[in-house]
Amino acid sequence: MRQFTVDDLERLLRASGGGDEHMDFSEDILDEEFSELGYDSLAILEMSALIKREFGVELADEEVAELQTPRQAIDLVNQRAAEVPIT
Amino acid sequence: MTGTVVVTGLGVIAPGGDDTEAFWRTLLAGRRSIGRIDRFAPDRYRTRLAGQVHGFHAKERVGSRVAVQTDLFTQFGLAASDMALADAGLDMAAVPEYERAVVVASSSGGTEFGQREIERLWRNGPDHVGAYQSIAWFYAATTGQVSIRHGMRGPCGVICAEQAGALDAVGQARRLIRDGARAALTGGTDASLCPYGLTAQLAAGRLYQGDDPARAYRPFAADTAGFVPGEGGAILVVEDAAAAAERGARQYGTVAGYAATFDPRPDSGREPGLRRAAELALADAGRAPGDVDVVFADAAGVRELDRIEAAALTALFEPYGVPVTAPKTMTGRLYAGGAALDLVSALLAVRDGVVPPTVGIGRPAADGRLDLVLDHPRRLAVRTVLVLARGFGGFNAAVVVTAPDAAHARAPQPSEGADHASIHRR
Amino acid sequence: MRVGRPRRTPVAITGMGVVAPGGLGVKGFWELLTAGRTATREISLFDASGFRSRIAAECEFDPRQEGLSPREIRRMDRVAQFAVVCTRDALGDSGLDLAAVPPERIGVSIGSAVGCTMRLEEEYVVLSDGGREWLVDPAYAVPHAYDYMVPSTIAAETAGVCGAEGPVALISTGCTAGLDAVGHAVRLLQEGSADVMVAGAAEAPISPITSACFDAIKATSPDNDDPAGASRPFDLDRHGFVLGEGAAVLVLERLDDARRRSARVYAEIIGFASRSNAFHMTGLKPDGREMAEAIRAAMDLARIGPDDIGYINAHGSGTKQNDRHETAAFKRSLGARAYEVPVSSVKSMIGHSLGAIGSIEIAASALALEQQVVPPTANLHTPDPECDLDYVPLSARDHAMEVVLSVGSGFGGFQSAMLLAKGGTT
Repeated sequence: MRQFTVDDLERLLRASGGGDEHMDFSEDILDEEFSELGYDSLAILEMSALIKREFGVELADEEVAELQTPRQAIDLVNQRAAEVPIT
Repeated sequence: MTGTVVVTGLGVIAPGGDDTEAFWRTLLAGRRSIGRIDRFAPDRYRTRLAGQVHGFHAKERVGSRVAVQTDLFTQFGLAASDMALADAGLDMAAVPEYERAVVVASSSGGTEFGQREIERLWRNGPDHVGAYQSIAWFYAATTGQVSIRHGMRGPCGVICAEQAGALDAVGQARRLIRDGARAALTGGTDASLCPYGLTAQLAAGRLYQGDDPARAYRPFAADTAGFVPGEGGAILVVEDAAAAAERGARQYGTVAGYAATFDPRPDSGREPGLRRAAELALADAGRAPGDVDVVFADAAGVRELDRIEAAALTALFEPYGVPVTAPKTMTGRLYAGGAALDLVSALLAVRDGVVPPTVGIGRPAADGRLDLVLDHPRRLAVRTVLVLARGFGGFNAAVVVTAPDAAHARAPQPSEGADHASIHRR
Repeated sequence: MRVGRPRRTPVAITGMGVVAPGGLGVKGFWELLTAGRTATREISLFDASGFRSRIAAECEFDPRQEGLSPREIRRMDRVAQFAVVCTRDALGDSGLDLAAVPPERIGVSIGSAVGCTMRLEEEYVVLSDGGREWLVDPAYAVPHAYDYMVPSTIAAETAGVCGAEGPVALISTGCTAGLDAVGHAVRLLQEGSADVMVAGAAEAPISPITSACFDAIKATSPDNDDPAGASRPFDLDRHGFVLGEGAAVLVLERLDDARRRSARVYAEIIGFASRSNAFHMTGLKPDGREMAEAIRAAMDLARIGPDDIGYINAHGSGTKQNDRHETAAFKRSLGARAYEVPVSSVKSMIGHSLGAIGSIEIAASALALEQQVVPPTANLHTPDPECDLDYVPLSARDHAMEVVLSVGSGFGGFQSAMLLAKGGTT
């Protein structure tokens, strides 16, 4: 699997939860909490479903529930991707 | 608390105008907002005309975060709620949180959103159904989202009675105010112009089939050929009269009477319930038929249903006894949104002293014996209006609205449209 | 708060019809509950392989055996069949001579969250060729396709059974619809809009699309290996709710009228209120604030205090957040009394039938009052330290009680509370 990047996250998050087009998905916001960025639990669930569909990475319920920030999401997806064989 | 419930704010998203005044100008101009469906290719459907809302940008109107999680019917409801609250000038922060109510009608729910998700399920499998299906498809989606958007923590309701639902919602909002709520958002919206929504509507056998907007929806005509579906609706702010007066709110009118009835079984030989709904609503308002200045008809566009309505009106008002209008000939029937929109038109008729017309029906059926306001708006001092609505399956509802005291009334808007209507009418 | 308002007219439950998982009819229903048996099983209504949650509480329901004609079965979605059968049972049970009641004085208020989804989805699958065709083929639509799109047909079918010609409505406030529909009926009786209300709720949501949408938000239990033990409200190891189906319909009359005809009074409804959290469509804050406010408002209307409440029939859905939220709401509204009152969730046995469950739980609450027995919370083996009330684990309990509180909580943020009193105590 190719690397899950900030751009991927931004794209999937916007698709899942909408968002301000002017918001800059740069380093600054990677450690902001999703709730602070205006993404609720449903948006995160939706994002995890899109990640599964596009990247083949399935996150466990508890893992999704505990995701707090964009950086955590990026790290977790890449970590999982490294564990599973590419299908 | 007086028990009197007044309307202080209006919000409209409808064919012919996605704000209240634009919509009203279109009605007074007698302009029909019915055209070929462009949301999808309608060629394979026998009904290809509809009253559509054009130029509605959901992301701009409700925000992108809400837009992704809602169907169009809810987006209409949210946009109309914003508009109605702004129009009412009601500062929600000044209203105790548990005294803010929401009760709106829903007819077919988040139809297009639902169709998309069912498609994903059957095409791709269960894990392709999105997280928002659970909150966008169901009938309560609009009430829930409106409640969240405006911090309405009081009683919230959702009533389904097809086209009659919005009057029931207004009746229920009045109850909630009488029971202690200070303000309520009420009305209804609908958006069922997706392929599956249209297919289901076609199955009911009441839609016009063809391509001629001029012949598409002609209630009370002898050769009526069904009705045209539409989308959109209206949200109203209603308040306790004393509280509204205290904050100096300008009013559109009073929800003076309301009643709902249900038709007898078709084989019973008993009279359908529409007349009784009208009578009960008038009695509730303490008004006699002679007090009514104009009737906004349900205007089904189905011959037998038109006959029933005409018979009810002539029994109640005598033949040609009261002006009757059906501006929905310009928008189509909006289901949960339809009666709400009629109520708005009725209140604007009170404000401006002009009745919007029934357009393009040609010569009304002789047996109807109705004084229809045909093709041109009619100048008239409007103090009392009866609004009728019927929902598929036997639902009847009636609301009586009356003019506010002069001291609290909204100022009439200069309605050039009314005077130019006959000249500029297409 | 309005002081000095006269106490509302009490309303009597004089008839009851129940279709619930695990035992048909009121008798089978109550036997199941008091035995603490669970009716949650592997889904048989559709092939659920590939779904996250593959368990549900299904009704063993044969419409033919329940006396529905082939025509009625063809026309009605399973949800309407439930409603109609319950209505017949409830009317028979009430001993009411319907011929002696003017049809105009009979009303209907039925709750449902998702309406006719089963047929709606089945139809879609056919018309879209299994989800392959967005522009669904109208040629194959069944004549009643529109009946499935508008949930109001459930109320219309119910009205047909009881011959109601008074106010008829379908209430669709998601998972509080069953409480809200009965609350609405009570209000109509109190204001005199009807003399008899047929009120309740029905739901038949065990279909691919409804299952998939709860899968998508992980609201339902994935404990597929242990269907009978999967619904575990208030247990530390709870993993979500288990979908259910069914209906309960009540015959309601003003208490005076019921007494005059010496009717059996299961229970009196003495208070009802609803509030909304205006927070999130699916999320609940842990503090239970708005549900507590609904409970307080209902107590206020009933003129009772926390010490009068003898049993709480909880929403108890078995999701992590709900059970905490609700526990907090009880403590917040009832104070120390919350620790003394038995609380239980029948969803542990019959699952969560969305809009229907509120009415089914009112039926359970009325039977609990009449029999002076509290049904248990099944599957509660390991208490959650955050849920520290007396949840009546595993076995029913004989318990003297005068008043029962039944609550509900639903998507959209709706919170409802109803108070019932033992027949003959007011």
